[in-house]
Amino acid sequence: MVPSDDPRDKALVVEDLVLYFQLTHGIVQAVDHVSFSLDKNRAVVVIGESGCGKTSMGKALTRLLPRNVNRYTGKVFIDGVETMGMDDETYREQVRWVKISQVPQAAMNALNPVLKLKDQVLEPLLLHEKGISMEDAMERVHAVFDFVGVPDGFIERYPFELSGGMRQRVVIAMALITNPAVIVLDEPTSALDVLTQANIYNVLKRIKWEKGTSFVLITHDVATSSELADDVLVMYAGHMMEHSAAEEFFAGPLHPYAKMLMAAVPKLYGEDELQFIPGKPPSLLNPPTGCRFADRCPLAFEKCKLEPPTYRLGNRLVKCWLYEKEADEIVSSPEALAGVSA
Amino acid sequence: MSEQQVQEAAFSPAEAQDQPLLSVRHLKIWYELKRFGFLHAGYVKAVDDVTFDLPRGEAIAVVGESGCGKSSLMKAILGLVHPHDGQILFEGKDIWEGGNAAMREYRMKVGYVQQDPYGALPPFMTIRRILEEPLILAGIKDKEERMERVIRSLEEVKVTPPSDFLNKYPHMLSGGQQQRVVIARALIRNPKMLIADEPVSMLDASVRVEILKLLDEVQQERHLSVIYITHDLSTVRYFSKRIFVMYAGKLIEKASTYEILHNPKHPYSWALLNAISDPLAENATKLRDIPPGEPPSLITPPPGCRFHPRCQKAIQGLCEVEVPPHFSVAPNHDVACWLYREEAEA
Repeated sequence: MVPSDDPRDKALVVEDLVLYFQLTHGIVQAVDHVSFSLDKNRAVVVIGESGCGKTSMGKALTRLLPRNVNRYTGKVFIDGVETMGMDDETYREQVRWVKISQVPQAAMNALNPVLKLKDQVLEPLLLHEKGISMEDAMERVHAVFDFVGVPDGFIERYPFELSGGMRQRVVIAMALITNPAVIVLDEPTSALDVLTQANIYNVLKRIKWEKGTSFVLITHDVATSSELADDVLVMYAGHMMEHSAAEEFFAGPLHPYAKMLMAAVPKLYGEDELQFIPGKPPSLLNPPTGCRFADRCPLAFEKCKLEPPTYRLGNRLVKCWLYEKEADEIVSSPEALAGVSA
Repeated sequence: MSEQQVQEAAFSPAEAQDQPLLSVRHLKIWYELKRFGFLHAGYVKAVDDVTFDLPRGEAIAVVGESGCGKSSLMKAILGLVHPHDGQILFEGKDIWEGGNAAMREYRMKVGYVQQDPYGALPPFMTIRRILEEPLILAGIKDKEERMERVIRSLEEVKVTPPSDFLNKYPHMLSGGQQQRVVIARALIRNPKMLIADEPVSMLDASVRVEILKLLDEVQQERHLSVIYITHDLSTVRYFSKRIFVMYAGKLIEKASTYEILHNPKHPYSWALLNAISDPLAENATKLRDIPPGEPPSLITPPPGCRFHPRCQKAIQGLCEVEVPPHFSVAPNHDVACWLYREEAEA
C-alpha cells in the first residue's frame, strides 16, 4: 500500500499522544509519546502485558477518561478530523460513536441489566442521528443484529437471558450501529470460550470486509490477535516498542520484548519450548530512565541506560539500540512516526 | 523415539499398575430444580454417566467449554457435591463411604488449585497463616515443624526468599506470585492428587508459561496425579499426556495428547482444534470454520448424541435417536461417535 502523508486520508492518526494520571503519591505515565497511523479498512492490534498502558491508550482515543488526568496532549485525527482541540461537548456530539466507538473490556457485563436489548442498541442511533424516524431506526437495529448473528427474536430480551457470546455480539452491534470509521476493541474475547472466540472473530472479520471499518484491537493474547491484525503495535510501560505489518511481525518480531512475547505463546503443534519473560513490567509511577525494558532484557548492554530512539527499518519501526547499525534512519518527529505506514 | 512413541510409553507403565489412584464409575451429577421451593421441576444434568481412571503419577486434562460440566466433575471429585448416581473410588474406596472422618482423611490427600488466585486467598491473612492453616487442621502441633514446612513449600514454588513473603498479605503479591502461593497451599500436606481448575486462565501470557512450567515440575518431581481442567487446548500439550474432551456433561473422546492433536476423531474435537489460532498473519485472511450454535441446555439435552444439532457429519436416523457408546478406535483412544461404529467393530 502506498503510504499517504495526508492525515485526512487515514482512519486514524495519532501524533505524540500523552496520557498521565495524577495519584496522591505521584504521576502515572500510562501513555508516553505514542505516534502511529492506521489506514482505512485496516486493523492494528496493540499487544503487551497487563499494565503496559494498552487500555489507557484505548480510553485516550475515545476520551473516556477518569477525573484524575494529569496530562492529556498530542494530536488525534479520527477519520480526517483533529479531535484533541475539541471541548468535551463537541467531542461527544461529533466524534464519539459518530466516528469512533468502543467495545469495552468485560463487554459481557457492559449492558444495562434492566433495559431490553433493542433499547440499548437503539440509544446511540437516536442520540447521534438527530431526526431519524423510529421506523428507520428500528430497521437499522434489526439489520445490525442480523449482521452480528444475533437471532431477531432476541431484541425483545434482557441481557441476563443471553449467553456470554451473544452478549458480546450485542455490544459489538451497539458499537457498529452508527457506522463509525474506527472501532476500539478492548480485550473483546478474553472471557469467552475458544469456539465462541472464533465466532466473534468471524463477525469482526465480516464487519471489516463488508463495511470497511478500521479496528484498534487491544489484547494480551498474541495468538488470537492474529485473526484480525494487519498491523501490530507492541507497547511496553507506556512506550511504543515496535510497529510492524502483521506478516512481518508474525514471521519475526524485531524488538527483544516482542520476541519474548511471541516465545511465550502456547502453540498447538511444533517442538518449541515455551519461554517466559522473567520479572514484571516496571511501575509507571517512576519508570526507569533509559530503555524501559532494559531490566528484563537478556540482550541489554551499556547503551540501554539511555533512552533509545525509534529506528526505521523499511516499513517497520523499532525502539531499541540493537538496530542502530542496520536501521535506515532515526525517526523522531511525531508526524514522521505517524507517517510510516506499516 | 518419535513424539508419539514417547507419549505411548509414558502411560503404559502406569497402565500396568494394578490399581488406578482414582476411578470414576458412571458418575452422574444432577442438580434438582424446584418450583416454589418444593415441587420437583426436573434436573440439570451437569455430568451424565462419566467413567474414567486416573493412574498414579499421571497428569490428565479435561477439556471443554463453559457449561459442559467440567467444574461439576471437579467438585464431585473433591467431595463438594454428592453424586446423583455412580461412584468415585479413591485407592479403591468409595469416597462417600465412611462418613465425615473418612471424607476428611480423603481431602488430606487431595490438593486443589483454584482458577482465580486473588479470590482463593483470604485477604486478611498473611501468607504464613494461609499456608500454616492446612497444617494446623492436619493436627501438626509442633510450631517449628509447621514453619519449616511452610518455608520449604514456598521454596518449592519459587517464592524466594520466603522470609520476605511470610508476613505479606495477598494483595501485596503479583498475580503470578499469588498463584504460586495457591499451589504451595495445595501441596503443603503432600497430597497424592492435585486438581487444577483453569490455573492459568486469569494470568498474563508470560506469567501463564511460568505457572505451567512450575506445575509440570512439581508433578514430575512428586510423581503426582493431576487433573488439569481447562478450556484451552493449546496449553494442554505442555503439561499432560492424556486428554479427555467433554461436551454437555459427557466425555466424548479420551486419548493421548498426541492423538487428540494429530488424529482427532470426534467432530467436536475437530471444531475445538479448528478454533485455536497459532500466531500467523494469514489467519486474518480467512473465516474460521466453526459449527454454528451453542452448547445445549443441560436441563433438556438433545436426545441421542448431544452434539448432533451442531454436527455437520450427523447421520440421519441414528445420531438424534441413540446415544453413541464409546468406540475404541485405537489402543488408548476411545470416541463416543457413531461415525466410527464400523471401524471399531472390524
